[in-house]
Amino acid sequence: MATPAGQRSWHASPAVWPVLGIVSLVLLNALFDKLLPGGPGLFGPGAFLRLSMRDGVPAGALVDILNYGGAIAILALGMTPVIATRGVDLSVGSVMALAGAVAASLVVADVPSIAALATALAVGAACGLCNGVLVSFGGVQPFVVTLVLMVAGRGVAQLVTGSQITTFHDPLLEFVGLGRPAWLPLPMPFILATAMLGATVLALRRTALGLFTEAVGSNPEAAALVGVRSRLLVAAAYVFCGLCAALAGLIAMANIKGADPFNAGRNAELAAIFAVVVGGTSLAGGRMCLLGAFAGAFLLQALTTTMYARNIGADVAPLPQALAILAVCIVGSPPVAAMLGRRRKRTP
Amino acid sequence: MTPAERLNHPAASPPLVDVRGVVMDYPGVRALDRVSFDLARGEIHALMGENGAGKSTLVKILAGRQRPTAGTIRLGGTEIRPASTRHAEAHGVSTVFQEIDLVPTLSVADNICLGREPTRLGLVRRPRLRARAAAALRRLGIAIDLDRTVEELPTAIQQLVAISRALDCDARVLVLDEPTSSLDASETGTLFEALRRLREQGLGIVFVTHFIEQVYAIADRITVLRNGARVGCWTTAALSREALVSAMTGRRLEAVHRGPAAAPEREPIGAPAAHAPPALAARDLGRRRSIHPVSLHVSCGEALGLAGLLGSGRTELARLLFGADAPDTGRVEVEGRPLPVGSVRAAIAAGVAMTPEDRKSQGLLLDFSVRENIVLALQSRRGPLHPLPRAEQDRLAAHYIEALAIAAPGPDTPVGQLSGGNQQKVLLARWLAVQPVVLILDEPTRGIDVGARAEIERLILDLRARGMAIVLISSELDEIVRLCDRALVLRDRTAAGALAGEALDESAVLAMVAAAPASASIANRTVDEDAG
Repeated sequence: MATPAGQRSWHASPAVWPVLGIVSLVLLNALFDKLLPGGPGLFGPGAFLRLSMRDGVPAGALVDILNYGGAIAILALGMTPVIATRGVDLSVGSVMALAGAVAASLVVADVPSIAALATALAVGAACGLCNGVLVSFGGVQPFVVTLVLMVAGRGVAQLVTGSQITTFHDPLLEFVGLGRPAWLPLPMPFILATAMLGATVLALRRTALGLFTEAVGSNPEAAALVGVRSRLLVAAAYVFCGLCAALAGLIAMANIKGADPFNAGRNAELAAIFAVVVGGTSLAGGRMCLLGAFAGAFLLQALTTTMYARNIGADVAPLPQALAILAVCIVGSPPVAAMLGRRRKRTP
Repeated sequence: MTPAERLNHPAASPPLVDVRGVVMDYPGVRALDRVSFDLARGEIHALMGENGAGKSTLVKILAGRQRPTAGTIRLGGTEIRPASTRHAEAHGVSTVFQEIDLVPTLSVADNICLGREPTRLGLVRRPRLRARAAAALRRLGIAIDLDRTVEELPTAIQQLVAISRALDCDARVLVLDEPTSSLDASETGTLFEALRRLREQGLGIVFVTHFIEQVYAIADRITVLRNGARVGCWTTAALSREALVSAMTGRRLEAVHRGPAAAPEREPIGAPAAHAPPALAARDLGRRRSIHPVSLHVSCGEALGLAGLLGSGRTELARLLFGADAPDTGRVEVEGRPLPVGSVRAAIAAGVAMTPEDRKSQGLLLDFSVRENIVLALQSRRGPLHPLPRAEQDRLAAHYIEALAIAAPGPDTPVGQLSGGNQQKVLLARWLAVQPVVLILDEPTRGIDVGARAEIERLILDLRARGMAIVLISSELDEIVRLCDRALVLRDRTAAGALAGEALDESAVLAMVAAAPASASIANRTVDEDAG
């Protein structure tokens, strides 16, 4: 398979850094559990590594990471091709809120739930199309275009729900976030994210779309001179990003059984950009790593879950989180990477 | 042209600028080797030379952007050592670089005084600023609204604003680096009028350009550089065009060669062969501000050279042929079928390929592997939904690495790590993989070592022998003569003539490059919008 990750040896893939980050966070938590006086021990009640069965499905901190990281991972997968084309999509959080608002309002209005889901996804794709057309055919800067939708999208979401939280009871809509399939007792958001990863890798790496996307971001002039349809590709990247944002919005909505146009997806764009960058895709465009963005999203969630597990208050939590993010970025930065690369070469 | 005819500058009064024995060493390269140059008051002195001659290095030294390794610069007899652009300006030496460095969103007045605004207690004194800007514009004899933003002005006027900005700091010496490269004929005329006015005011002007006719229209003296060394300095009247071109290119040219045998054959290059349509044909292909309408044709198994100095319109013509730019006039036909205007995809689909002049910025994806760079064009032609299987990609990469002797550690090595010659081969491999009918090569041997150059030349001959139609752009005249059946000579963005067979030799090409145009208005031999 023509994945860049496949061509490189494992330690050269940028996905290795977020994965190492997750592993070391989990180990750190286990260490705390074991060594702290009065701690639960490695697998005692309340321990980070403990897996318990709740309502017949596994639960625990590790499952939480998979559960709550799913939506961020889907956002990051959508954001990756956009960033690879030298763009950025700041509107994903608002599109999340909008998609949730649309689906919830339709279900409350007795529209069949499957139609509500489909409409919400279509709204997300349409938002992406607006962004994409303005960026690629209009030549407007991605930052500006998506900033406009970031502001406007949330406003429209509030308009849709009448500026209130719309709650609903609908088995299918709830299943998107809270479901645990009988044949695979894992959180539905994680299953959806993994399916999206598989689909995205197939779509980008089993065709030449990924190569062309990277070519446009790496050297737009060269891509144009070999006849790559740059504009179409760039627009498509934003459409895909909008679609992913809508799916993430449906998960966020299902998790609380209601559409909250004020808080759904707040700061989600920053989380998604962080996941993509930690995963080894440069904001300057060019090479992208889908697996890295996927892992980066779960690293971010692992950090958040660690803060909860260690009982760090929400007011203090951002600081250690920021430090951890900084550490991952420094380890992955070109000078440090080059240093590590040299050392690796010297010791065969 | 002979040493006796060189101008012996009398040392009665010190020249305005006197550059003596300037050496500029970069790591591994000597860009300037003991170059001397002088400029008198009220003189326009042209600085000429081909690519890599050292013109821009000398300009940078005069402007204070770079400090010479050795040598002295005297201004009115006293030695100066400009350490920055601002420092040089304080001495009265102002430079306008090729890329107009104005702030597009600011007004004319603000741009002229940018960075040296008259202030009182830290506040800008607007009336004083406007008065100064108006004074600078008056010296050039142009009237522009001081409050208009620069971006809404035509390029020529922007150029004049940039010059006004240079004059605002009491300039005694004005250095102009390629000021006319983006101007059309009438704009060039406007600029020249302003320059003549400045000359009358006693300013010394250094004029760097590629356009030979413009030099003859305005310059008093000409200094030619080649490969970092000074070839000579002549008064314009004493230097024939042929002598100037041979001084620039370093190739001897017999003046007698301008007989009827080598006279421009203007007619045949537009007429396709009778039986089969040519592989590539263009009729009256032109683009405003870029190139005058040109007609040409190339048949299968034939190589057509596009000769001419840098800036003569060679690259512009190649881009029109490939559809990378849309022409204003004319059309391109491949094997008799007209191509849609300005579409690279259509050109590629019809079998046209082009390796661009600047392989790094326009051709290669430097952080991508050799394999990915090689398959890119073929993959693009197949469309994204029909990916080349990995095994096929590997086969193509292995084939071309071997066939073109690309020296790379492996097919997965990033192309950026290869030498220039090997990068060029990767670029060639990319297009050979699509098996084109027509291959346009823009400076395929620039900046690569002798061995790789010989290999690429052999490859071009081989492709031609196998029936490919080749359009070759090269600054190396010997390359054109060795590799091409015919050559189209471009001069000042217009077709100067064609040479074929026995008539195609270096001196004939040189003669054509240097020939005075038939038109009387020699100052304005840049692209003329009405010419189409």
